[in-house]
Amino acid sequence: MEFAELIKTPRADNVVLHRPFYPAVEGTLCLTGHHLILSSRRQDNAEELWLLHSNIDSIEKRFVGSLGTIIIKCKDLRIIQLDIPGMEECLNIASSIEALSTLDSVTLMYPFFYRPMFEVVEDGWHSFLPEREFELLSSVTNEWRLSYVNKEFSVCPSYPPAVTVPKSIDDEALRRVATFRHGGRFPVLSYYHKKNGMVMMRSSQPLTGTNGRRCKEDSALINATLRAGKRGYIIDTGGGFEQEVQYPQYNILQESLIKLVEACNDQSHNMDRWLSKLEASNWLTHIKEILTAACLAAQCIDREGASVLVHGTEGTDSTLQITSLAQIILDPRCRTIRGFEALVEREWLQAGHPFQLRCAQSAYSNSKQKWESPVFFLFLDCVWQILRQFPCSFEFNEHFLIMLFEHAYASQFGTFLGNNESERYKLKLSQKTMSLWSWVNQPEELSKFKNPLFEANSLVIWPSVAPQSLQLWEGVFLRWNRSSKFLDEAYEEMNNIIEYNKELQAKVNALRRQLAELETDDGMQESS
Amino acid sequence: NGTLYLTATHLIYVDASAEVRKETWILHHHIASVEKLPLTTSGCPLLIHCKNFRVAHFVIGHERDCHEVYTSLLKLSQPVKPEELYAFSYNPKMPKDSREIGWKLIDLKVDYQRMGIPNDFWEITDANKDYEVCNTYPPEIVVPKAANKATVLGSAKFRSRGRIPVLSYLYKENNAAICRCSQPLSGFSARCLEDEQMLQAIRQANPGSPFMYVVDTRPKLNAMANRAAGKGYENEDNYDNIHFKFIGIENIHVMRSSLQKLLEVCETKSPSMSDFLTGLENSGWLRHIKAVMDAGVFLAKAVKEEKASVLVHCSDGWDRTAQVCSLASLLLDPFYRTFKGLMVLIEKEWIAMGHKFSHRCGHLDGDLKEVSPVFTQFTECVWQLMQQFPCAFEFNERFLLEIHDHVYSCQFGNFLGTCYREREALKIFEKTHSLWPFLLQKKQEFRNPLYKGFTAYKELKPNTLPFSFQFWCGMYNRFDKGMHPKQCVLDHLLNCMSQKMKLEDNATDLENVSPRSKSTLESFCFKEKRALPNS
Repeated sequence: MEFAELIKTPRADNVVLHRPFYPAVEGTLCLTGHHLILSSRRQDNAEELWLLHSNIDSIEKRFVGSLGTIIIKCKDLRIIQLDIPGMEECLNIASSIEALSTLDSVTLMYPFFYRPMFEVVEDGWHSFLPEREFELLSSVTNEWRLSYVNKEFSVCPSYPPAVTVPKSIDDEALRRVATFRHGGRFPVLSYYHKKNGMVMMRSSQPLTGTNGRRCKEDSALINATLRAGKRGYIIDTGGGFEQEVQYPQYNILQESLIKLVEACNDQSHNMDRWLSKLEASNWLTHIKEILTAACLAAQCIDREGASVLVHGTEGTDSTLQITSLAQIILDPRCRTIRGFEALVEREWLQAGHPFQLRCAQSAYSNSKQKWESPVFFLFLDCVWQILRQFPCSFEFNEHFLIMLFEHAYASQFGTFLGNNESERYKLKLSQKTMSLWSWVNQPEELSKFKNPLFEANSLVIWPSVAPQSLQLWEGVFLRWNRSSKFLDEAYEEMNNIIEYNKELQAKVNALRRQLAELETDDGMQESS
Repeated sequence: NGTLYLTATHLIYVDASAEVRKETWILHHHIASVEKLPLTTSGCPLLIHCKNFRVAHFVIGHERDCHEVYTSLLKLSQPVKPEELYAFSYNPKMPKDSREIGWKLIDLKVDYQRMGIPNDFWEITDANKDYEVCNTYPPEIVVPKAANKATVLGSAKFRSRGRIPVLSYLYKENNAAICRCSQPLSGFSARCLEDEQMLQAIRQANPGSPFMYVVDTRPKLNAMANRAAGKGYENEDNYDNIHFKFIGIENIHVMRSSLQKLLEVCETKSPSMSDFLTGLENSGWLRHIKAVMDAGVFLAKAVKEEKASVLVHCSDGWDRTAQVCSLASLLLDPFYRTFKGLMVLIEKEWIAMGHKFSHRCGHLDGDLKEVSPVFTQFTECVWQLMQQFPCAFEFNERFLLEIHDHVYSCQFGNFLGTCYREREALKIFEKTHSLWPFLLQKKQEFRNPLYKGFTAYKELKPNTLPFSFQFWCGMYNRFDKGMHPKQCVLDHLLNCMSQKMKLEDNATDLENVSPRSKSTLESFCFKEKRALPNS
């Protein structure tokens, strides 16, 4: 298919753009295969809009006489408006945007066309291979092995080719356990707690059915993770939500997001209405629940010295929220930029969170499909909550989390395409697209995401889950509704204070060194 | 497990189980209520609620001991006579003259001078020196020059408790003024020529504007109800060129019960998110905070953008009026966002103008219906502004909390009594200490490291959409340390500031090493530079 077929009106003049924080601007609108571009033809280019079609969540059109208006709601929650003279042009453009923002085929997505303007120093597709993660594990314990039982994706389609399992369990047993678990997601290692050797495993729910079917290999696998005489815990995240069969948890989350964003965008609310809408959205309730479950898992491991198996129904959504948040609580490495990227790779991408399904639509979705859900978004919000409570313990700042949120929904990079490693492999993403990490990990990009307050903290960090301690993530939810000018200035000021101190310290150190060298010089001269 | 001590001024609890000796000091004046709860197997529980929102729960082994502690605390926390207040016994061993100088630290005349008063339109008069005009105003007040003695006295007869219109703040750049007073005794039809002249004089003191606003901060219904009692609000037809406006801020009773509900929510043991948010909404607290903020913003906008003077009142003009006027000043003038400025603002709009601290804070055993968190709300409004403008204030959150503590502590004379006249009678200037020098001594811990200085921001235009208001955990759950961020950015940055000074000293010292070695240092640097191309 040619994009040109979808673009009936590639260009319209005298289009007026309205968007948050900028005065309306008139210019020429151009549609390309992947972008909506508005150019005001001013000298400074400051007025230009480049919007990825894949960032468009929904559009609405209105007409007053022959003046058409298209309201574009983006997945990053921004809302913009285009006034287009001429009914036909407007209709054409609207239908093109609609078609281009909902392309069926992944291979037509922008990452397959994007040509980077930067030189790739480190190919992100190879930055976080399971083998490297396993090497790290092997340096502290030899009780685990890397199994390639799934190398053809035949045992579990949503698992990566290599998974970490107890040494004592052979591949044959794994195959049998896989038939006993939903989607073949047999228990695998998620996290090894160096401090006491306890582990966190994750899987999908067992297929016990009504006849109380059991699987001795499954029990053997779980038992293999326990120390002699030690208890283990199973945290079932499906539990409370499974009664509502038609509405799995991820669908409840989607509804919650839609309600929250609606509340944030309606500026006519009085205080009571705002608080009641905030409450009714349940978003913060979900934040509290997931954080509580993550704390529980972390507590079992660190405080009780017990190993934990976490599973939900499919083990691809709330399970991953909990295992990854528990690791942020327990493992200082996950609070570094590299470590967090590795966590996203390990516990989300390779673990088979279906990004393409879940992030197909965001808060303005009106689709009847039931698989969109802000599962990863909620996870990022939870990380933000912990970051807010431990502002000095993370190497990255809020912008890093917002950047990941944006790229999970719409990106020029291939990282979040596909639903699992198997799909990514078939799409040949690592050859045909650029990895997000290749771009992020360049020093000049990284500097934007570094938290000036960071001081490596090797401790376990226990967040508070009291309602008073949890807040609306303003940086995302109010981003387009209120100016952040003064908050940005404060961040800048904080950065300056810390940077200046570092420079001063360096200067003092240099002076001291020079003085010391002088003194030895003097000593030598005198003695000579 | 620990020991409880009662002293003349404090309840002290020493935790014996802790590795490090841990002491909790509670000032008797801070105790709002003491409750004896039903006996349990471990002893007799005693629940203490404090005015600074600390909640202390003790279990005392023997019922008799518990009862004795209970009755002692009841007595100690509700002094009957003003002389029993801590301020009269507080003795920081300070020379007499530094105590006296302390009281002179804040001079309101200097602030009026800063605004350019006296000038062609305004004058500072001692018209009230014998409290002839109004016994809850200070002896010196600022009124329009055009208002003669007859006008002042005439207007006083037409204003509730003689609280005539006086100047609160003059915006020097355009001559628009914020003035304040109490409600007129207009009833259904009464009018007063002198009062009308007074308002005309205020309006004419701002020649740039053809009109002035009269803002009644009460809900319209309340104001109308007052007419039946011979009070009420200005009739637009009787006054030349006034724009009359209601801004519905609720009265002290509504605020008291709102805070009560808020505190119940804060105290709930492990509430769900829904419980908390629903409770927060039902308390109405943030709605009231927003109402006060909206009013302050309205005033600031009228003065700055419409260049119009504003006369503000509520019923008596000492609660809502104080909140709104001081907030507007804070929005308009960066001086009030400094240490000294906030002190001046509190002295001017609250202490001098007769906010009844003694009654609102329940300093003495008295009418509980007079107690209301009016000043707490103002403090919170300042905090909400600090959240939106983190670089605009010289002080940090702790400064606000410390002031709030001392409004209730009665350790210093500033907040005793209800008005200037009462404080004079109590001889607070002779017998007690002023809070302000005490706070300035601790300036380092109260400063805001992000403060960008006096000139960085002029007027503040806060966002007052509901989502811009946050629950102030640092105030209402202040003593629940577990709920606060576990790492404190403020501490980190304060540390940076003190480190910075040390490092700068270090660097200067090192740069100023003896001239001989300095010259060698220079030649050394030179050597190094020369060496570079070869390396």
